[in-house]
Amino acid sequence: MSSGSAALEFEAVGLELGGRPIVQSIEFTVGHGEFVCVIGASGCGKTTLLRLLAGLLSPTTGRVRLGGRQVAGPSRDVAFVFQDYGRALLPWRTAAGNVSLALEAVGVPTAERAQRIAPLLAKVGLGDHAEKYPSQLSGGMQQRLQIARCLAQDPTVLLMDEPFGALDAMTRQSLQDEVLRIVAEQRATVLFVTHDLEEALYLGDRVIALYSNPGRMARVLDIPLPRPRNQLTTREHPEFLRLRRELFTVMEEIHA
Amino acid sequence: MTRWRGIVVPLALLALAEVAFRTGGGTSDSLAPPSRAIAALWAVLTDGSLIVGTAQTLGTMLAGLALGGLGGLAAGIALGFSDLLRRFTFLTIEMLRPIPSVALLPLSLLVFGFGHRMEIAVIAFATFWPSLILTQSAVVQIEPRLIEVARMLRFTRLQIAWKIVLPAAAPRLMTALRLAAGLALVVAVTAEIVSNPQGLGHDLMIAQETLRPERMFAVLFWVGLLGWGKNAALLALERWLFACRGEVDTSIAT
Repeated sequence: MSSGSAALEFEAVGLELGGRPIVQSIEFTVGHGEFVCVIGASGCGKTTLLRLLAGLLSPTTGRVRLGGRQVAGPSRDVAFVFQDYGRALLPWRTAAGNVSLALEAVGVPTAERAQRIAPLLAKVGLGDHAEKYPSQLSGGMQQRLQIARCLAQDPTVLLMDEPFGALDAMTRQSLQDEVLRIVAEQRATVLFVTHDLEEALYLGDRVIALYSNPGRMARVLDIPLPRPRNQLTTREHPEFLRLRRELFTVMEEIHA
Repeated sequence: MTRWRGIVVPLALLALAEVAFRTGGGTSDSLAPPSRAIAALWAVLTDGSLIVGTAQTLGTMLAGLALGGLGGLAAGIALGFSDLLRRFTFLTIEMLRPIPSVALLPLSLLVFGFGHRMEIAVIAFATFWPSLILTQSAVVQIEPRLIEVARMLRFTRLQIAWKIVLPAAAPRLMTALRLAAGLALVVAVTAEIVSNPQGLGHDLMIAQETLRPERMFAVLFWVGLLGWGKNAALLALERWLFACRGEVDTSIAT
């Protein structure tokens, strides 16, 4: 893939914080509309990669590019879905008000906001909860709300930091399918961080495994599983099982 | 509703004072029975003198509170966000803050002369510090994730202050306002007693100098009523502002 067509690109990226290397020699590109999962043990700098792309951190060495342009700071083309949804939502605003925040940032006139908010909430299954406050929503609903707010800024790149890590298994599966459906509709590029090996295989077009301390590239796996994916058939697919075994071995090497 | 029970003790104390005064016998130049104090209260209420004093005291109190409170709010937000600013100003703040505001009355009188300005200046000084300190700590305690959300949306600093910082800190800021308002009333009356010939504090001094204790009790009672009313109004404002929120912040249920 040539760098001209890459949605996002890491070129020999390293980051040190306080003299300690956090990530080293990170090198990969993600094409437009691609769904790439990053997996690794805690402390491998997965989240750091997202923060570098988001412009919340600057690399010490190398370059981070979005759509061919070097990242110099946050951009509204990039949306960040934080793991701790409870802290990322404004507790004094309703669900609709939280989505409105992104529209206010983009400069959507007040009169137009309501008609933009309703379909966004409907898209994440919160159509009937527009007037509820975050504290009145379950964890899964709060994360759906954060995703709706991110979609409201109409991003080309979605950065997702272990977004389902704190949710129960059933909620996690339904949210996985919703996210796949939504990003397919939006044709967004996704970099998705997780420590759940099966989640990475189920969602991704590719999986990047990282070594820990400091974070370095360990392995890049292509996931040639058919789409749309299905919680039963995809997870029973012989290729899924083969990849699962392969990735499991890689992860064991990493931990060793 | 069992709130009426709160009134029992004050009424009993008043009755006791009345009885004690009457059985103790005679008149006094230094004390007065409640019945005479109530009559005096009615007199100063109807002749308008109490209204004038109240307007002067409340007016200067509100003006001083607005200046000191808003100044402290702005400075507190700035300091809450900037380590650099904090490092440059902490010594200055720690040296100025402990000065008892009443100690500035002579200076303020010298600068502004008699009148509302000298009193407003001292009230502003007194309320600036608690407002500054509490705002700064409220800003520091704001969830950093919310600031990141705002940065990802590329809000300007002013937008972040307006859309994130103020609403996030609002419950704590209301506590700061209640504290500053209480302080403002204390400083206002003190200034009027010590040096500024206007307002309710001055009314108290006149009552003392003219040996009219019943009038002094009337004004004292009125000042107490004002303080109570001010607190009740601020609590009602707080409930009204935050009732619509989904969150219940019990940490500041003072």
